[in-house]
Amino acid sequence: MRNRYSIFSLVRNALSYHEDWQTAWRSPEPRQHYDVVIVGGGGHGLATAYYLAKEHGITNVAVIEKGWIGGGNTGRNTTIVRSNYLWDEATHLYEKSLQLWEGLSQDLNYNVMFSPRGVLNLGHSLQDMRDIERRVNANRLNGVDGEVLNAAQVKAMVPIINASPDARYPIMGASLQRRGGVARHDAVAWGFARGADARGVDIIQNCEVTGIRRDNGRVVGVETRKGFIGANKVGVVAAGHSSVLAAMAGLRFPIESHPLQALVSEPIKPVLDTVVMSNAVHGYISQSDKGDLVIGAGIDAYVGYGQRGSFSIIEGTLAAIVELFPTFSRVRMNRQWGGIVDVCPDACPIVGLTPVRSLYFNCGWGTGGFKATPGSGWAFAHTIAHDRPHELNAPFSLERFSTGHLIDEHGAAGVAH
Amino acid sequence: MLIIDCPWCGPREQTEFSYGGEAHIVRPPQPDALSDGQWADYLFMRRNTRGVHLEQWVHTYGCRRWFNLARDTVTYKIAAVYKPGEPAPGSTT
Repeated sequence: MRNRYSIFSLVRNALSYHEDWQTAWRSPEPRQHYDVVIVGGGGHGLATAYYLAKEHGITNVAVIEKGWIGGGNTGRNTTIVRSNYLWDEATHLYEKSLQLWEGLSQDLNYNVMFSPRGVLNLGHSLQDMRDIERRVNANRLNGVDGEVLNAAQVKAMVPIINASPDARYPIMGASLQRRGGVARHDAVAWGFARGADARGVDIIQNCEVTGIRRDNGRVVGVETRKGFIGANKVGVVAAGHSSVLAAMAGLRFPIESHPLQALVSEPIKPVLDTVVMSNAVHGYISQSDKGDLVIGAGIDAYVGYGQRGSFSIIEGTLAAIVELFPTFSRVRMNRQWGGIVDVCPDACPIVGLTPVRSLYFNCGWGTGGFKATPGSGWAFAHTIAHDRPHELNAPFSLERFSTGHLIDEHGAAGVAH
Repeated sequence: MLIIDCPWCGPREQTEFSYGGEAHIVRPPQPDALSDGQWADYLFMRRNTRGVHLEQWVHTYGCRRWFNLARDTVTYKIAAVYKPGEPAPGSTT
């Protein structure tokens, strides 16, 4: 690695007033041909390149990004990490990801600020509690940690929460995954970019892909704003624009793109040291290390590529947040934004091969892709390297929409669809 | 917020309406004759257009009737409103 970060490098650079730090990655001009081209320089794409190099020794790789790395959903999500999904297939994939999170800062030599502060999913009705117990039991059978809390235990853990039985939707309990938490989203993109770059991967920003060139049913490269770039294999990790990229290869995907909004408040003193999610009233909230409350809203029902959504969605979410946390009613919101999420009918991703040979897609993560970043990249790298899916992502094929083997995770996905 | 011009009630705020997905998806006339792939195409595959998208809406908190919009999915600007059974604007059929 060009510039290993440590306490010693920090001290050494302090002596030169921190003016001599190397850039974390190069900005090369694209070569004419690569073994693998990854389309999309978000967390998942960069993680794919990183694990291609690290796990499979494939280093003649380019990551091609339309804007700047981590500027899409990677920099727009609410940074929640957990693995408490319902079905075996999803649990295994997200749990692999969570295990990678646990060692990611050391692995990347980059502090991604993964903070396993616990994730609470509130239940507000008997049916909510039955669903929570079912999901926690399913998790534990899969070796994933989970606990069911009653209302008093929730109140003890989050003293500022409104646990009154007179609330519009009283809290009856919650599921708790203690190993879940949050991470610093930008650092995840930058850490994977730096790690991939150090192993020889070219990261090419401001270079939109405008076409996917094929020859006899096989991909041969991509047309870009900087000209044609040849490739033996192409992996597309384009999140909200996956359908646009698929159309370039003559494919149709079961995906719809929707705006998903989030917002942060002004920084306030530490008041919430865990993550609280509620599917029923639809709000989820945590407090960043900087002090701002990070709040996630729901998606707009309509198809949208505009990276902004409806005000009514935010209004609904903040109504729920203020009902859960009356003390936040006078906190001012600083910023609000939207990202474009690619939603599959079963709220599960598509990670695998396509009808075009040597063309692979990793998409459909919808509203919950951030937590999967390392696991998604790890599994997708394996898929590209071996031209067949790893057993972790084999169930998440495009074919499942023909076979009918859908994996319905709408309940555990946690965002209102 | 979108202002949607309901063809029966006139312009109203978006919160009165519900989104009904991509328009002009025709139910297969002979469902028994469909292959699994054709079923998947009918049930799940979507255009997901970046640009002018033809889509169904229903005036849930108004007249409760369905209609179609041609709406740009990047600018969110509504290009046309038309009733069910009417041809899409710009189409030749």
